[in-house]
Amino acid sequence: MTVLLPGSLDEALQAMASHPTALPVAGGTDLLVHWPQRPELHRQTFVDLSAVQELRPLRWTTDELVLGGLTTYWDVIEDGRVREEFPLLVEAARQIGSIQIQARGTWAGNIINGSPAADGVAALMAYDGVVVLDSTRGRSEIPLAEFYSGYKQMRRAPDELVTQIRLPRREYSVQIFEKVGSRRAQAIAKVGVTVTRSASGWRVVAHSVAPFVCRCTALERCLESEASVGSPDDLLPAIREDVSPIDDLRSSAAYRERVMARVLYYGLLEVCPSFH
Amino acid sequence: MSNEQRDRLPISFTLNDQPMRVEIDPAERLLDVLRYRLGLTGTKEGCAEGECGACTVLLDGLPVDSCLVPAYQVRGRRVETVESLDAESLATYHASGATQCGACTPGVVMTASWIVRHPEVLGRGSVRELMAGNLCRCTGYDGIIEGIEDAIPDRGGA
Repeated sequence: MTVLLPGSLDEALQAMASHPTALPVAGGTDLLVHWPQRPELHRQTFVDLSAVQELRPLRWTTDELVLGGLTTYWDVIEDGRVREEFPLLVEAARQIGSIQIQARGTWAGNIINGSPAADGVAALMAYDGVVVLDSTRGRSEIPLAEFYSGYKQMRRAPDELVTQIRLPRREYSVQIFEKVGSRRAQAIAKVGVTVTRSASGWRVVAHSVAPFVCRCTALERCLESEASVGSPDDLLPAIREDVSPIDDLRSSAAYRERVMARVLYYGLLEVCPSFH
Repeated sequence: MSNEQRDRLPISFTLNDQPMRVEIDPAERLLDVLRYRLGLTGTKEGCAEGECGACTVLLDGLPVDSCLVPAYQVRGRRVETVESLDAESLATYHASGATQCGACTPGVVMTASWIVRHPEVLGRGSVRELMAGNLCRCTGYDGIIEGIEDAIPDRGGA
């Protein structure tokens, strides 16, 4: 196994440029699961990002919260201002796993691992997060909502690293993060729904019900139009337009669709006058 | 420029307050280095997937699953294992019967020691929530929680 150990962002970008098949390693919490039983990974080349100080901090500007490429879930849980302005990030982080995972797992890693069940990605997307990717060729900035195109398919070139995740600071009147799993603690989501409302409009994000975490634009239009909703079933046509739940080891498509409708309906009943 | 390493990689870090230098294979996990290169077998391997917490150690003061930490990532960092705890700090766990079969205990007391040393983290979750990453398959959770609460100075404990 080969591991490159860059000590700065410049060195890390050089390493990625000169080793096109190398995998960048941030917290390692996805990569190392059952590691001894995965010898095929031991032949890979890795770029360890852990010593790249530039990727570490979480920073505030006048109009943005900027997470670094190595910002962990615990960094966010610990930040009092995040709790005030982006409470869903803290909620997602607390449900993503134990302190042992929160201390190591990174937001950028959650994005690049590309799991359809990624709690962190859902919360970032509902806040209109933008992924900043750097390489020796330059920078690209892609709204997270446009980042994925299929199961584990994303708009990242092999030599690019996520160096920042930028979130616009806004006033929110609705912020809901609901995750349904087999149990409350430390379970991967069967159905996840995240909703925000600001002057920029409604955002509805679904996870674990499609090949990738996605915005639900039909549901957003339904909320925007203030169409009357009298039961969870009234939401099903929009849900079917937005997502395509699958049967898998965690749940069935039929269950997912119904639960998503109920979670949305009962979550929004208190905050939407058009829901009754 | 980037330092490329194959097969043998010397790393330095602080282990239980002592400087440590050891040659590792880049494919080793922190858990492997602790147990098989350094002989610190107090840290246990349970699930190897970051669920059970039997392999919990403190890395720069925070609990982590050493089965999910690539050993090369502890370069220059501070690692504390169960061997660093003194018997006195474990008294409340004896008193509350926090150990049954004992398989989870080394990991349990490491996360517990973090909570006891930093009771301010209880503002981020209850003892039970913060201990959720340490599974006890004897299901002896009440004794564990009681032992931790008794060890926190402000909670009427020691």
